[in-house]
Amino acid sequence: MAYVAVKGGEAAIAAAHAWLARVRRGDTRLSAIAAAQIVAQLGRAVDRVMAEGALYDPQLAAMAILQAQGDLIEAAFLVRAYRTTLPRLIDSDPVDTAAMRTQRRISAIFKDLPGGQRLGPTTDYTHRLLEFDISAVAAIKPDAPKADPDPAIAATLPRATDLLGAESLIEGEVPSLNEPIDLTMSPLAFPASRDERLQALARGDEGFLLALGYSTQRGYGHTHPFVGELRMGAVGLRITPPELGFAIDIGDIILTECQMVNQFAGSKTTPPQFTRGYGLSFGHADRRAMSMALVDRAMRAEELGEDVSAPAQNVEFVLSHCDNIEATGFVEHLKLPHHVDFQSELETIRAMRREAQATKGAAPDEADNAGL
Amino acid sequence: MSVLLEARHISHRFGRTLALDDVSLTLRRHEILAIVGESGSGKTTLLNMLSGRLTPQSGDILYYDGHAATSLRVRGERAVRTLQRARWGYVAQDPRAALRLDISAGGNIGARLMASGARNYDDIRAMAARWLEAVEIDVDRLDDWPRTFSGGMLQRLQIAATLVTDPELVFMDEPTGGLDVSVQARILDLIRSLVRRLGLAVVIVTHDIGVARLLADRLIVMRRGCIVEHGLTDQVLDDPQHPYTQLLVASVLPV
Amino acid sequence: MQGYNFAYLDETTKRMIRRAILKAVAIPGHQVPFASREMPLPYGWGTGGIQLTASLIGADDVLKVIDQGADDTTNAISIRSFFARTAGVRTTTHTDAATLIQTRHRIPEIPLRDDQIIVYQVPMPEPLYRLEPSRAVSRRMHAMADYGPMHVKLYEDITRFGRVAVSYDHPVVVNRRYLMSPSPIPAFDNPKLHRMPALQLFGAGREKRIYAVPPHTDVVSLDFEDRPFNPIRAPHRCALCGAEHSYLDEMVIDDRGGRMFACSDTDYCASYQAREA
Repeated sequence: MAYVAVKGGEAAIAAAHAWLARVRRGDTRLSAIAAAQIVAQLGRAVDRVMAEGALYDPQLAAMAILQAQGDLIEAAFLVRAYRTTLPRLIDSDPVDTAAMRTQRRISAIFKDLPGGQRLGPTTDYTHRLLEFDISAVAAIKPDAPKADPDPAIAATLPRATDLLGAESLIEGEVPSLNEPIDLTMSPLAFPASRDERLQALARGDEGFLLALGYSTQRGYGHTHPFVGELRMGAVGLRITPPELGFAIDIGDIILTECQMVNQFAGSKTTPPQFTRGYGLSFGHADRRAMSMALVDRAMRAEELGEDVSAPAQNVEFVLSHCDNIEATGFVEHLKLPHHVDFQSELETIRAMRREAQATKGAAPDEADNAGL
Repeated sequence: MSVLLEARHISHRFGRTLALDDVSLTLRRHEILAIVGESGSGKTTLLNMLSGRLTPQSGDILYYDGHAATSLRVRGERAVRTLQRARWGYVAQDPRAALRLDISAGGNIGARLMASGARNYDDIRAMAARWLEAVEIDVDRLDDWPRTFSGGMLQRLQIAATLVTDPELVFMDEPTGGLDVSVQARILDLIRSLVRRLGLAVVIVTHDIGVARLLADRLIVMRRGCIVEHGLTDQVLDDPQHPYTQLLVASVLPV
Repeated sequence: MQGYNFAYLDETTKRMIRRAILKAVAIPGHQVPFASREMPLPYGWGTGGIQLTASLIGADDVLKVIDQGADDTTNAISIRSFFARTAGVRTTTHTDAATLIQTRHRIPEIPLRDDQIIVYQVPMPEPLYRLEPSRAVSRRMHAMADYGPMHVKLYEDITRFGRVAVSYDHPVVVNRRYLMSPSPIPAFDNPKLHRMPALQLFGAGREKRIYAVPPHTDVVSLDFEDRPFNPIRAPHRCALCGAEHSYLDEMVIDDRGGRMFACSDTDYCASYQAREA
């Protein structure tokens, strides 16, 4: 019996995969989508998959989106599972976002600042009207701006937070001499340092970060946030091979960085200063970088002597639940067979009911009380 | 009477605040020691240090176990936990924080027995019933959840849950704070009779001079992290020496 | 398999996992954190067990994979074919022919030997998580052996239901020290953990923990002296092989209350049938 059933299970799995492939392809009268089209036209989806998949590779992310039928968590999972098999050749030098060739740079705390406000390719002021004429969506105005009209100017915009820093109005970020922890190579431990926290948030689920960030705005761990600056653009990636001893440029990546300026901390002896929350994401991801910055700041409550009471301030809670690959696995595993456990529950509940009924027959009053 | 617990030169800071400043004291077996002072005087911090819930930044707490005195620091966290589970007890001001409201009254009383190794269900249950009676709660309530109990009943339940392991030393933090005056009197009577009957040593923190007078053999008056006066309760209260103690006594004992 | 190392994981990762296994064996029942990798199967599908198996398996091993006691459940088939594909090892459904057994939710009916290793897939390695959700706090409770709350839970069950209401994943104390989750095996299987000749390894991929019960180690199910641990099984015989003492699955055969009971351990059932025939 077992042998036959094994074969049956194998056949069932194979049939499921074949069916899935057919569904994924959809109506064959329509042309198949190429990964390159996804990279070009579904950029925000690609960015999210790169961020949550923790691998900067638009082409791979697009392939994963295609393979996952557009299920972005599934796509991020495909990227992660591939990423974990890749050899670690070298660590890059820290990227310098001050030297970013910004396509977008806005500050909510100054009306104007050196370099000016720059909207970039944003939906911020789009009227959300469904465009029924698809040709209108596809149309490009001949005078539409392109990235990096003048890279020299774009790369010399000071960070808004540095302007505050010049007056010591905001806490300084002291560079750490320690090697940052690599979350993918060592298990998360509590209390988690800020490098661990930021790494976990950087690949955390966008929806979870958004909801937690939002909850802080509604009073669950309020931090009085202002968007000090939000910038998006290309940053040069450099490595310093030990055999060369100097840095070489290996290419650009698009990043979105958000620096939140939050309510001040201080004391009788330390003059008050604004505090920071930091968000960084692969690709163009305002929502993600801003949410991350809110949650990062909320998780600093203990360090800054604030009451720790809200979910977003609970470091263990946030970090243990922000990874959507882990979360979706554990939620969805409930659909695997559990009939052995359920059988033991069935026998236990039947036994308890038998005993309760037997007691009831003997002494009805007592059994009624026990039921309370 | 021999010494049971001793604090030697305890100092502790929270941030820039000096919470305790070179505090020393001794507690003898079967003795009831009250620590009085206004809020912020350091009395609860001192209680937390004595009971091993906080480790002082400097100074030592010694516990006289049999013949030898060993500092809590040297004993280590695990040995202190073992003490806290049975031979020591702690009665918190808010019983809701100390009890588990989703566990029956019997389970709450039995918890410390089980934590110290009791493994006989019927014995644990019988002991819980006996202690429920001892704190004047109807045994019918043994299987009820404490969330249906009044504030005074909850505090009595906490006392039962603490004393069930027959401790030799109990720490109490404002055990009647937050209760109605009539309920307070009943709890104080209960504590007084149980403590005497069981021969407990007690360190009780209170801001209420009346509570100290009723329960304590000796008294320590604290102000700004320092002990400003100590002695036998009657002596200190009838003839306070330090101006701060005089102020405390005058403001609370007009009748 | 082209492009991948033998048994999928790279050798550095396998070494890291084997170091964690050694530590786990040295401290029976203690959960050892390890840098769990993302696997090509989802978390919750046995990624902890798969990483243990991958780091232990050699070309000469014979692998058996069961889920719910059966070799023929879909996830068991999937994991078995994963190793057949990535390691090319021999696989078997026969418990006594296997050198390495990966399981989810069951221990085989026939006693395991000292030349076998059993790997359990573990969803929640922390036995205290329902009482204390913070792992920072529960780790401290393990360090202090603060296990009273677990007994309070059993006390409450008996008080409220007349018996302990834990029917699977019933917590155990290993080597008289650490409280341990036996993984969600039915309480019926708990006695098999005690002094088992085979090495027992437990892997939780998502929670990033490995723990172990070395051969011949004491494993005691939590209970009270006067309410001894007393697991129950469906009071029937297997409808297929007639076995009287095996753990049974219940199958619904009609919509009028009809039930059929059959061995959950499919290999045991098949060999029982063969013996009886």
